[in-house]
Amino acid sequence: MPDRCRPWIRSGVTVPEVRAAPSAKRHTVVIRGGTVVDATGERRADVVVSGDQVAAVGESASAPPGATVLDAGGCWVAPGLVDLHTHLREPGDEDAENVESGARAAACGGYTAVLAMPNTDPPIDSAAVAREVLELGVGAACRVAVAGAITVGRAGQRLAPMGELAALGVRIFTDDGTGVQDVGVMRRALEYGRGLGVTLAQHCEDAALAAGGHMHEGAWSSWLGVPGRPAEAEEVMVARDIALARMTGARIHFLHLSTARSMALVAAAKAEGLAVSAEVAPHHLSLTDAEMAGYDPLFKVNPPLRTDADVVAARSACADGTVDAVATDHAPHPPERKDTTLDDAAPGMLGLETAVAVVLGALAAPVADGGGRTGGAGPRTPPPMAARDVLALLSWRPARIAGLTPDQGGDQGGPIAPGAAANLCVIDPTHRWQVDPVRLASRSRNTPWAGRTLTGRVRHTLYRGEPVVVDAEAQR
Amino acid sequence: MSRTDARTPTARRAPGGRVRDGHAGPEDGPLVVPEPEERARAARERRHLLSVGDLGVEGIADVLRVSDSFVEVGRRAIPKVPALRGRTVVMVFAEESTRTRLSFETAAKRLSADVMSFSWATSSTKKGESLRDTVETVAAMGVDAFVVRHPSAGAPAAVARWVDASVVNAGDGWHEHPTQALLDCYTIRQALAERAGRAPEETGVECFAGLRVAVVGDVRHSRVARSGVLALSALGARVTLVAPGSLVPPSLAGWPPVSLSYDLDAVLPDVDVCYLLRLQTERGAGAFLPSVREYSAHYGLTARRARLLPEDAIVMHPGPMNRGIEIADDVADLPRSVVLRQVANGVAVRMAVLFMLLGAGAPGPDAATASTAGPDAGPVPAVDPLGGDGA
Amino acid sequence: MAERERRLTPPRGGVFVPRVQVLSHEDVQRALTRIGHEIVERNHGLDDVILVGLQTGGVPLAFRIASVLEEIEGSAVPVGLLDVAFYRDDIGIRPVLPEAVTEIPSDLAGQLVVLVDDVLFTGRTVRAALNALADYGRARAVQLAVMVDRGHRELPIRPDYVGKNMPTRIDEQVDVSLEGVVLGDVVAR
Repeated sequence: MPDRCRPWIRSGVTVPEVRAAPSAKRHTVVIRGGTVVDATGERRADVVVSGDQVAAVGESASAPPGATVLDAGGCWVAPGLVDLHTHLREPGDEDAENVESGARAAACGGYTAVLAMPNTDPPIDSAAVAREVLELGVGAACRVAVAGAITVGRAGQRLAPMGELAALGVRIFTDDGTGVQDVGVMRRALEYGRGLGVTLAQHCEDAALAAGGHMHEGAWSSWLGVPGRPAEAEEVMVARDIALARMTGARIHFLHLSTARSMALVAAAKAEGLAVSAEVAPHHLSLTDAEMAGYDPLFKVNPPLRTDADVVAARSACADGTVDAVATDHAPHPPERKDTTLDDAAPGMLGLETAVAVVLGALAAPVADGGGRTGGAGPRTPPPMAARDVLALLSWRPARIAGLTPDQGGDQGGPIAPGAAANLCVIDPTHRWQVDPVRLASRSRNTPWAGRTLTGRVRHTLYRGEPVVVDAEAQR
Repeated sequence: MSRTDARTPTARRAPGGRVRDGHAGPEDGPLVVPEPEERARAARERRHLLSVGDLGVEGIADVLRVSDSFVEVGRRAIPKVPALRGRTVVMVFAEESTRTRLSFETAAKRLSADVMSFSWATSSTKKGESLRDTVETVAAMGVDAFVVRHPSAGAPAAVARWVDASVVNAGDGWHEHPTQALLDCYTIRQALAERAGRAPEETGVECFAGLRVAVVGDVRHSRVARSGVLALSALGARVTLVAPGSLVPPSLAGWPPVSLSYDLDAVLPDVDVCYLLRLQTERGAGAFLPSVREYSAHYGLTARRARLLPEDAIVMHPGPMNRGIEIADDVADLPRSVVLRQVANGVAVRMAVLFMLLGAGAPGPDAATASTAGPDAGPVPAVDPLGGDGA
Repeated sequence: MAERERRLTPPRGGVFVPRVQVLSHEDVQRALTRIGHEIVERNHGLDDVILVGLQTGGVPLAFRIASVLEEIEGSAVPVGLLDVAFYRDDIGIRPVLPEAVTEIPSDLAGQLVVLVDDVLFTGRTVRAALNALADYGRARAVQLAVMVDRGHRELPIRPDYVGKNMPTRIDEQVDVSLEGVVLGDVVAR
């Protein structure tokens, strides 16, 4: 189904049409031998894709002549993953990444849609920049949706032209990179956003408490002599914004939550019935502040890696529905911003291409002896989650928050049935591979899993019916 | 050294304690420190002095012992030995510090090493060259050791990853200042020896067992405090931290077992060593206090407080002293104040550290056996007659 | 550096295994007494003579010679202690640490220094000692007294006073003390 303008837009500005891939003249792709997993359930089935739609789902599909056959033996066939939190760095920082390379990295990670964060240079706080990024996304290996800034320049003072941006199809607004510090400004922004029917997303970090810190403030930071960012810097803003959500009746989404108490606050807010959603990043599901022992800036990220207890709480929150989505917070940086002293290094790590493996390892791997899990937490971890629930966190639930599901007018995350948009990924959950930063599709190399062996990999990705990743190799 | 090598994390668990990348670390509960022998062994493998914790009791004792010899060198008419002739030692000081830099430069020169000094404000880093590029460029000129002071914790560790030379940590952010802790231990041992009427070289590190030390002041921001507490705790001293509430580290879970007090007057009558920390006003410590006056009223060593100290107790300060703030003017000049001796010992201790890193191979209990071989041990064999690593 | 150094070093943690006692306790005493007489004879008395024992093997021998000289001439001869660690030519090639402190009682200008060591082997220790002594003033002359000369010189150094000439194999080890002189081998632990 082609994109449409939102019915309530009066300005007449149209969303750029996503051009179909040139060769999609009803080309047929058969995905054979996999297990289809979507919101309706799990079943052994082959999937036949014709053009940009799913044509048939059933046992033993036959491949017509000229069709591409993709082997999915031992794999899950799922709706394409949707990342609510990607830094594509274009415009302004193309050395680190651009829309094309970021989309390619996303596709390699099984993502058929990403939400590009607005902390670019210039920031996405105007229709012109939003349009530029949307146009760069046309022809990319996955769908590029755009998040707009809440305030002009992300400075936290004046509201950005959210209406103008919404007219272009922007549904999520955030100052990500920083949180909106002034509570008065945040209140106004929530009220205004409520009027537009959009969602505001917050990077929760109180600048006064977190200032000067390069890692989690706790026993490790005290041992290493590194200024820390306390958990309270996040929790204070989570609590504040929950109160504002209650006050304004607006919808709010919490980006990259990292502490146990943040999870508890969100759970309580949901129990109260507030329109609150939350995401968690893969690294906060598996890595702890102990990784900073060598002062390696690869592990420096905001919010920082926290303690074992926080990792366990994050995993539990994923299992019990407190967390709605896993979002990568893919943050590419060129070597000169990471290969330096800790205080000088930029925070952030790559995430798109390792997300599936890390998340499976953190949430779905068997926990008999604590082995097989990527990252540190031990026997206190919650029991493993079912494949469908993990994929929900990666695909259809973030799709809903981003407004991209079929019943919201989009083409992401929907059940795999005849007529559905062919945005699919094929995941081999047992494939072991070693992360080589040089061989990643991203332009940057700052992955904390460099050299480690992960389990779980995306074998194929279909975007609008086109195989953009085949046998873990990007085709475009 | 390839770039990917430098970044591959080598987190590992060692038996008997949690060790990552050779660093010991805290649990979420009480501190678990790896076995001392294990750390001393690891330290012997190293070519760097990044943390005083890496030395272990053996290592600290070795440094003190070797420093005795260098104290004697310092007393000569020409205080110079050819031990490190032909070696190059480079000071990379990204933080202003004339005293420490001069102390290291003097130490290197007295060992006959060639010295280069490199200070941030004048360097090409201002033009955008990164620390890594700067250090690698300098290393390419042929450098045996870097002495690194930097406002970021872990910077000397990063330099050690990037170059082949030995690296001495001359102070990294809030983390450590190992040579300061060593010269402080040397000064304490010297004072204790004098008290007992013995020569320092006849006094082993047993003199530290049960010693009562108060570390007073801005502990939160003090790398001198951290290194000092690590060294003293390893040697068996009992340390009490005394600081205003806002200048205590956010978590003591990462520290060796120490006592904590907010009341200096209560602590002073029961200490053997009163170690005063500098109020780091240039690092914003002033923002943590209502006023400097209030600080010195409650935590300054005034003449009245100095009288609370036991007769034999000594007063120490890493310098430079803020007279009238941490320490009253007249107290600084009392005989019990050994501040000037700390400075004098600093050169000898830094000579010992440089000599042990560059000239001696690593310190440790095997060192005694090795050096009795003497230069007369015979021609240096091209092949180890026992085949393989004799250690 | 550590790896390469260890490979070039005589085995660390090695143990001296004695084989043959070459000189007994009395032989050593007699030799030291003879050396004392030789020192007095050669220098026509003990004016400006100072003994300097090399740490650590030469130190007890130097003190013993000093008491011999005091018995002979009635005057106390000053004894200095010298650790040559910082003057060795193999610094950086094998692990080197000073064993004890140096104490030279006075400026050596114009003095006649008698270096005392236990074993003279390659000559490198004595050469290092000569370099060290130069830093304490310009001595009038330096003479060398050793308990055992075991050959295998690598430098043009010769002793003035010798307790015993003892040809040895290069891989053997000589252990000297006031209790006697023993020939043996060093075996890795």
